[in-house]
This record gives sequence, C-alpha cells and structure tokens, in this order.
Amino acid sequence: MISSLDYATLQQLWWIICSTVCALFLFLTFVQGGQTLLWQVAKTDLEKSLVVTSLGRKWEMPFTTLVLFGGALFAAFPKFYATSFGGAYWVWILILFSFIIQAVSYEYRKKENNLLGATVYELFLFINGSVGILLIGAAVGTFYTGSNFTLDLYNRVTWDHTLMGINLRGLEAAFSLFNLSLGFFLLFNARVLGALYLLNNIDLSSTPDLESRLRKGVWHSFLIALPFLLYFLFSILFMKGFNVDHAGTVSLVPFKYLLNLLAMPHLLVLLLAGIVLVIYGVLSSAFKKSNKGIWFSGLGTVLTGLVILCLPAFNNTPFYPSKIDLQSSLTIYSASSSMYTLGIMTYVAIGIPFVLAYIIYVWRLMDSKKLKPEEVIHEKSY
Amino acid sequence: MLEIDLSMVNWARAQFALTAMYHWIFVPLTLGLSFLCAFFESIYVRTGNKEWRDITKFWMTLFGINFAIGVATGIILEFEFGTNWSNYSWMVGDIFGAPLAIEGLFAFFLEATFFAVMFFGWNRVSKRFHLFSTWMVAVGSNLSAIWILVANGWMQNPVGMVFNPGTARFEMQNFFEVVFNPVAVSKFVHASSSGFLFASLFVLAISCWYLIKERHIQMAKKSIVVASVFGLLSSCYVALTGDTSAYEVAQKQPMKLAAIEGLYTGETKAPIVAAGILNPDKQPGDNQDPFLIKVEIPYLLSLLANHSIDSFVPGIDDLVYGNEKEGIEGVTPKIIKGKKAINALALFKEARKENNNQNAELALAKFKENQKYLGYGYLDNPEEAIPPVPLPYYAFHIMVALGSFFPLLFAVFLFYALKDSLAQKRWLLFTGLASGFLGFIASQAGWVVAEVGRQPWAIYGLMPVKIATTNIPVENVQITFFMFLGLFTILLVAEIKIMLKQISIGPEEGN
Repeated sequence: MISSLDYATLQQLWWIICSTVCALFLFLTFVQGGQTLLWQVAKTDLEKSLVVTSLGRKWEMPFTTLVLFGGALFAAFPKFYATSFGGAYWVWILILFSFIIQAVSYEYRKKENNLLGATVYELFLFINGSVGILLIGAAVGTFYTGSNFTLDLYNRVTWDHTLMGINLRGLEAAFSLFNLSLGFFLLFNARVLGALYLLNNIDLSSTPDLESRLRKGVWHSFLIALPFLLYFLFSILFMKGFNVDHAGTVSLVPFKYLLNLLAMPHLLVLLLAGIVLVIYGVLSSAFKKSNKGIWFSGLGTVLTGLVILCLPAFNNTPFYPSKIDLQSSLTIYSASSSMYTLGIMTYVAIGIPFVLAYIIYVWRLMDSKKLKPEEVIHEKSY
Repeated sequence: MLEIDLSMVNWARAQFALTAMYHWIFVPLTLGLSFLCAFFESIYVRTGNKEWRDITKFWMTLFGINFAIGVATGIILEFEFGTNWSNYSWMVGDIFGAPLAIEGLFAFFLEATFFAVMFFGWNRVSKRFHLFSTWMVAVGSNLSAIWILVANGWMQNPVGMVFNPGTARFEMQNFFEVVFNPVAVSKFVHASSSGFLFASLFVLAISCWYLIKERHIQMAKKSIVVASVFGLLSSCYVALTGDTSAYEVAQKQPMKLAAIEGLYTGETKAPIVAAGILNPDKQPGDNQDPFLIKVEIPYLLSLLANHSIDSFVPGIDDLVYGNEKEGIEGVTPKIIKGKKAINALALFKEARKENNNQNAELALAKFKENQKYLGYGYLDNPEEAIPPVPLPYYAFHIMVALGSFFPLLFAVFLFYALKDSLAQKRWLLFTGLASGFLGFIASQAGWVVAEVGRQPWAIYGLMPVKIATTNIPVENVQITFFMFLGLFTILLVAEIKIMLKQISIGPEEGN
C-alpha cells in the first residue's frame, strides 16, 4: 500500500506526521509548565517534593519527543532543517541550552554534594519551562511571519539577521509581536497543562493548600494565555500570507490563512474543537473538583497545535517563507527528502502505534495509584 | 561560490569534538551499566535474595546520575548538525536523517518510558515487570547506539546512495545497504562492547575501593564477580571486533590505516608497529624516517589489513602521490577530475536555470564522467587529504595497549574472586581502582582514531569537512563553544561530586 503512494502524498503525510509529533510535544509541555509553577504553588518542602517528583517521572517524555521531532524533520525535510537551524541559530541554541539544563536538574536537585544547590537546579527548571517554551513558540511563529534568508542554486543558505542595525542571528524571531504572542500563549498554556497534570497525578487529600493553589494556577494561567491566543487567532485571520502559484512563484496574498481555513474546513473544525476542549478542561478543574482536566485540555492542545502547524503548510502555502527573497521560501514539496527516503520512513512510521501503545500502557500502570506524600518521604524521589 | 571560512570550519570541528567527547564520557557507562543492572536484578528475581536487590539499587542510583548527564549532553549533537553543519545537513539529510529519526522513535522512547519504571516502579509494578523494564532500558540504550553508529558508519563508508545533480545532494538508494553497511556493523559491535567493558571497569574500580576501605565487602565481592565475567567476555569481544574494524578500515579507509600506523611508504609483508615515537619533523614525500624509535612485529599489518601476509599495505605517500606499480591513483589527478565535476555541475545548474536542455545534458554527461571525484575537487592540494598523523597514531596505540591489558585484568580478578582471596591482594585492588580511569582513556582514544583519522572528510572521499559547515560568522560558534565548555564542565564536576558522595554513602544508606 505504501509503495503505491505518490511523492506529493508522501510529502503531505510526512508533514502531518511531523506536525503530530510537534502537537504531542506541546501537550507534553505540561512538564515545562509545571516547572514554572514550582515556586508559585509549592510552599513547603513536602509540596515541592511532590511537584518535582510528579513532574520528574515524566520529564523525559517532552525531551524525547523534541528529539524525535528534530530527527523526523531532519529525515523528511532536510532543507528546512539545514535552513532553519543554521539560520535561526541563537533561537535554537537557547532552546537546546534550556533542555540541557533541564535534563540534569531532576536527578541532581536533591542529591548531596550537587555543586550548585537545589535552588539553582530549580532555576534551571524554570528557565527551561519559560524561556524554552517561549522561544519554541517564536520559532513556530516564523512559519507565518517568515524569516530573512536566500538560497542559492546549490540550496546553500545566506541569512540577513539585521534588526534595527543589530545582527541578532536568529533571535530577531523573538522581536515580532505575532511570534511572541504564540510563544506566550504556548508558555501559559503549558502552565495550565502543568497545573492540570499535577491535580491529576498527586494525591492532594492531605495537602489542600497545594490543591487550592493549583486550581487557582489553572485559572490564572488561562486568563493570561487567552489574550495571546486571541491576538494570534485574529492575526492569522487578517494577516497577509505567503502563497505559491502553479508556476511555483511565491507572492504575498491578503487573508491567506483565513482563505486556507475556509479551503480546509476540517482544520477550522479541529481548531474550534481544540480551543473548546482546552477551555472545558480549564473550567472543569478551576471551578469544579474535577481532576480530569488534563485529558481535555491536553487533547485540545494537540488539536490546536496540529492546526497551527498544518495551516501554513497546505493549500499552496510555503511553510517556511522568506521575507527578503520570496522565491527562496520552502514548501513541503521543495524541502522534502527524496521519494525513496520518505517511502522507507513511512514503513518505519508503522511502528509509531506500537510505541504509543507501550507508552500509554506503562503510563497507566505507573499512574494507576496517585503520588502520595509517603512516597516522596520514604522512597527515592526527586 | 561562497567563500570558505577556514576558521569557522575549525571552530565547528572543535565544538563537535568537545560535545561528542563529553557525551562519550557518559554513553559507554550507560550502555554497559544498564546491562549490569539487568544482570544484578535478574539474579535478585531468580534467587529472591534481598542483598542482590540492594546491589541492584545501588548501581542503579549511579546509573541514573550518569544517565541524566548523558541525555543532557546528547541532545546538542543531533541539532549541531543543523546549527553548525547546515550544508552537510542539506547535502546528506536524505540519508543521514533517517537513522536519527529511527533512533528517536524506537530507542529513546523505549529508554525514556521504562527508565521511569526502573527508578520509581519498585512498589508500583510487579517484580517481573520491573525486571522487564530494566532490560528494556538496556535494550533501548543499545538500540540507540545501533542507529547512531549506522549514521556514523555511513559517513566513514558511504554506501546505498547516489548523487542527484538536479538537487545537488546525495540521496538514498538502498536503505538496507545503509543499515547493513559493514563499517556500521563493525563500529556498532566494537563500540557497544567497549561500552560494556568500560562499565565493567567502572563497577570493578568502585568495588575495589570498597574492599580497600573494608566497607560493603559482600556487595563489592559479588559485584566484582559479575563485572569480571561481563568484562572478560566483553574485552575478548572488543579485541575480536577491533580486528574486524581494522580490516574494514584497511579496505575502505586506507589513508586512516596508514595514519594510525604511521606508515608513509607502503610495503608488502608489512610489519605492525607495536610501539614507537613518531619523528616530529617527518613530512609526506620526504626521505626521513617516520619514527625516532619503534618496535615492530613482522608481517602482522599485512595480515590484519588484508588477511594475507604477502599483501601490500599502502602508505601515506602511495595514497597521496600515487603508486603506479600497485595501481594506486594519487590525489592530484583526483583533484583535477573533481574540479571538472564541480565545473560541470555549475554549468548544468546554469543551463537548467535558463531552460537550455541541450547544454544541461552536455554538462550532465561531463559531470557523470568525474562525479565520483566530486569531493576531491574541493581540496586545494594533495597533502590536504592526509589526516593529522600523531593524534590518531598515538590514540590507536594507547587504545590497543589498554585493550590488550583489560582481558588479563578481568581474568586475574575472576581467578582471585573465585578463590575468595581478593581482599588479601591489595596491589590488585589498587590496579582495579586505577583501571576505571584507563577504561575512560581507551574509550575516548577509540573515537579519536575514528574521527580524526577520517579527516579531512565529513563523508569519506565525497565531502570534505570544509564545505559541510553553515554559512555563519565564526563568532557565533566561538561563543557557543565556550558556552558548552563552561556548562558541560560545571555539569561534569557536579556529576563527579554527586557520584563520589553516593559511592561514599554506599548501598544501604544510599537507598
């Protein structure tokens, strides 16, 4: 069956796969969101241990998903990988730095003789949860706003990073209101998810203050996320976007992303469903005693993330546009690997459901009992 | 054509070397210690003896400390291909990206998922499922090694691909040739077994320290038995796979072999240099002796390189300046043909841009005549094809010397452990303690041989490192180099301090 797929279908399929991986990553950023809540919701050592231990049992999931996202982009869209990572240099480097310092923090934070002290490792977790997610949002935002690069005949890239006379080498992405809005939305949405996850994962019967702070945290983070989401949504409805015509010429078209939504109504439905689910998860947890909000808001985040990544890639739209040389813009068709590689990778992707199945099985097994204070006192914990 | 910034190349090289060497401090321990933890826990589950559970938990604690920093230092390597080596990423991403994606999907998730069970599942899952999880972490970490070494093996011996002039990049033609590339297979078995060996030395060294200090004696003795058996088998296997690896290098990367042997003039019935000091004044093509002093074993290099003592092993001078008698083409004619290929490719691209099909076809035909020399066209002189000889030469000989010592060490430890007289052999305990560090040296030396020995190529014979980099001002890479140096050093110091504290706490109190 896979061998009968044509090249364009494989290219589209792989963009959907990469987008799904990224959307799942956005759900898993409940770990990062939870990290930024640590100092806000956990006031005692016990509460802190509960929060860090609960998150610490999942920290590898977003980390690994990010690595998989990078690997999948490298394999399926190498021209994008080469253009973006080499060009938006400092954005990616700072994102990676924030994940490097996260990886050691859980394991080292409470260990004796850890050189830096627990507070520094907690600060590392905060930086990963805040700066890391904000910059990921800014980087994804450039799928809509574009970057300043040109490609030569050999597809070698040259960037112009000057912003107001300063060469920012990629960080200029973080100086766009649109990109920043997406970044802040993802950051505060991650905090919503983090609080929802902690409500679901920890046995809060003996720590009512922590529960109350978490429920407040859900609502407050959502209220802050909302204007950024609205700004992002209104912008994509009204902004000019990049369009590729049948001759392959890229031009700026008014209301491009609105037109994309109308041309692909299933994306519109997914977007609305995603937002409704996020809101339902928030309301059910902030104002009722529900602990299931993470599943609704999590699914909502996945759907919203999927739309954010697919909207600027389909319907004759270059997903990585160049502002200074429109014709250098990358489409999923011009940036992809060869048909042979995409075909092989599609066979490999058959394994994804099996991987998901054992992750879900183990997750359920481990989380069938909520995390109790006794565990973080008596057993190995973070 | 873009101008090539040599200082950028060298800083990008330095950064990759720095990050890869830091990462490789922790990876071999993860590869081997994961299996050792699985062995210890298997014995516990089989015997029900809680002493083995405590032993398992103790080594698992050290595994976890090491694993975290291994993960931290690993993420940058994948993305560094994009940030510092974007031309490489574009030109070979079609082939090179696939193993990295497969590694993420099948190996990293296996490790990440079962790691949580291994550490926090003692009271949440059944004893058998916990053991299964520990084994899955070991399998996952070694699966990861397979795929990254498939990628690295392809860089050393590019197979299963074709150059597409239309896109000006290499594209995959046969996935299975890439996966079962003989260099990749030999690299995997050699590197993973060297990880088992290093981890066995690590366990041995710490256990020796306990015996010297007369603490946790039973745990230390039990750990030494398991580590000695695993280490003995691994070190024998390392030696065996080292031989296969050397044969593959001789066949696929003769320049690397010549460099690691300090062989400038090729010979039939070539001897191997068992030990020697290189002449620092020696230059390719001159008549000076390459060695100030050396000890040789007759015929052995021919035997190892070609499995025949009568065979000819080419030296650096033969490979650079050619050897008509042996049918070896020098680098100069390859550079000329490579430059023809580059020019023809440029003409082809121009003609395609102007929609001039006739000129495009003519240029393409010309390109195809010389395309296998494409990479050589970027070299400025024939001597550029020679790797820096002293580094791979000394690294190789250190690695081989230590690799010969380790099986003996494990055999002696096993002998005295079975006689239960280790505690009386303090000289042996101190040797075992020091050997942990020797394992680290041997492990790093192996990668120096592999990576410095293949210079100046990113893709052996096809793409020199200097055209693989990102078009980026060098200051950016300089700054990030020092950022990584600072951060990784701080994390390494933290790791060592935590590890030493956990070792001094010992098994009972530590858990």
